[in-house]
Amino acid sequence: MLQAFAFYLFAALVIASATFTILARNPVHSVLWLILAFFNAAGLMIIIGAEFIAMLLVIVYVGAVAVLFLFVVMMLDIDFAELRASFMKNFPLGIAIAAVLLAELVLGIGAWQSGGLELGTASGEAAPLLGRSNIESIGALLYGRYLFLFESAGLILLVAMVGAIVLTHREGRAVRGHQDIAKQIARRPGDATVNTRPESGKGVTL
Amino acid sequence: MIGVEHYVVVSSILFVLGVLGIFLNRKNIIVILMAIELILLAVNLNLVAFSAFLGDLTGQIFAMFVLTVAAGEAAIGLAILVIYFRGRGTIAVDDVNRMKG
Repeated sequence: MLQAFAFYLFAALVIASATFTILARNPVHSVLWLILAFFNAAGLMIIIGAEFIAMLLVIVYVGAVAVLFLFVVMMLDIDFAELRASFMKNFPLGIAIAAVLLAELVLGIGAWQSGGLELGTASGEAAPLLGRSNIESIGALLYGRYLFLFESAGLILLVAMVGAIVLTHREGRAVRGHQDIAKQIARRPGDATVNTRPESGKGVTL
Repeated sequence: MIGVEHYVVVSSILFVLGVLGIFLNRKNIIVILMAIELILLAVNLNLVAFSAFLGDLTGQIFAMFVLTVAAGEAAIGLAILVIYFRGRGTIAVDDVNRMKG
């Protein structure tokens, strides 16, 4: 009973906040609604016992991605009214495509409900460990069977980080002239001056 | 009692809302990126729901990888957005044709 109540509460809130995310006039409000949607989705995941993914959703999405969006929205000086001009123009097309997509999903779910679609069953190889928490079971699987996939996920994040830095990095050009501090420190008297004994009439090389 | 079909319905609605958001805010690339995050959230919800109700943790592992890709995609997308804004002074993506592709 309590679980059903929590489910309907979270589900209604996640759908409402997703609606406001795409309809809000101000993108800052969009980001805030998106954060609410993430929190409620995490709640939906918690009530079926997937605590690890729920916490990951809060940490990664709310803590990193949504704050990144917030920074970008606030950093750029954008005229949002102009961007919104085509909103009503695109409305019929958007609704039509959404309706088609929804009809397809309803047909798919209906076929599955009526038994026309066989989904198969779990092989049991990745079943949760008996008597262990969700996080322990996921950890055993992640550091065992899926170790290399886990490593490549880290590699993807590294590439994304390097890419983002390379894209947005600007050389601090000509702020302090052409001073190169490392070059100054590395300079030694022996390199700077040299004794020569030029022969007369031959000239010197500098 | 709450079954997997409840979750499938919720995530379907979330998915459709994300697609609708892309079409409604076609000029505003920030909201498009947020709509993509909504779509990925719907996919994650679906994966986790099936994983929990089937008693198989592979779905949750996969949801974690989707989360990874979503984070990387948001970072790269926003970086591209920032340099686009620096060059053009606007983020209207109605006619992005600088690359002449």
